[in-house]
Amino acid sequence: MSVRFKKKSAKTKQDIPTASLPDIVFMLLIFFMVSTVLREVDLQVRVILPDAEAIQKIEQKRLVSYVYIGPEKLEGTRVGDNRVQIDDALVPEISEIRQLMYRRLQDEPRTIISLRVDEESETGILYDVQQELREAGTLRINYSTKRLTPS
Amino acid sequence: MGLLKRRTSREAEIPTSSLADIAFLLLIFFLVTTTIDVDTGIYMELPPPLEDEVEPPEIPDRNILTVLVNAAGNVLLEGEFTEISQIRPSVKRFVSNRGADPTLSDSPDKAIVSFKTERQSTYAQYVKVLDEIKMGFNELRAEESRRLGYRDYDDYKTRLPEGEEDVVADTYPYRISIAEPDATNPSADGSGS
Repeated sequence: MSVRFKKKSAKTKQDIPTASLPDIVFMLLIFFMVSTVLREVDLQVRVILPDAEAIQKIEQKRLVSYVYIGPEKLEGTRVGDNRVQIDDALVPEISEIRQLMYRRLQDEPRTIISLRVDEESETGILYDVQQELREAGTLRINYSTKRLTPS
Repeated sequence: MGLLKRRTSREAEIPTSSLADIAFLLLIFFLVTTTIDVDTGIYMELPPPLEDEVEPPEIPDRNILTVLVNAAGNVLLEGEFTEISQIRPSVKRFVSNRGADPTLSDSPDKAIVSFKTERQSTYAQYVKVLDEIKMGFNELRAEESRRLGYRDYDDYKTRLPEGEEDVVADTYPYRISIAEPDATNPSADGSGS
């Protein structure tokens, strides 16, 4: 009796077919490769974003250019004056933003400027930057904020 | 004959059993480095730059709601000191007035909320007030969507067929004007502007 059972179980194959495993993994791999944004900028200004409720998501990440405004990071935890950073460099003169943004708009007319401003920055510098953006013609902007957690 | 037999027995095959391992390694690398979080924020559209010859259009006073924020974070709404929590209902009342109250707006597409802060105000205050104004508009849109039989504005938006006009957004367009602060307050941020 027991011999018969043994024979039966030995006949059936118990392996999971692994031939398609690389294909599945490659599919996942390609998805993550496409959705990955590798280059994160090295922030030279401190940016702590404020909270807000009336927020929208920006779906088209490729259209977004970031402008960082905040106090410059110094050694240790100290911070200096408010500065503007675009890409990896601090902007020496605010009036240079116009040229930069104008060129970006030529490349991509649907550019959205996402302003990432530190919550303790004064709005004066923000107005100056916005004035430059208006002159450059990049009128679509986004005040980057965190989602307000209901308390 | 013997030579031929040996040739056929020698199979040129690349071992594929490690392929899955290699792919897994790459997969794990991309999983770890991926940032899927999307940027969220308050979307605004700036007005085009003013040309010198063009006079700004005259807008009757009743169609403008002025919101002023000073450096200490106090809010003046139409010249009256107001709490931040009062901005939202005031904006809603102002925009959805439709000519009923002579001091408030004629119609939602004429109503403009003018928002201005001092240069010394902090960005946190700026966003807080702007958020309240925008939420006033959003709540009106939600009410309009509910009137049309939807759950809220997002529901309306997702069920809106492709290419169809967004009636709710047309009824309550975002008309928020970010005014320039007065030049009498020189900036003290040392930005070299």
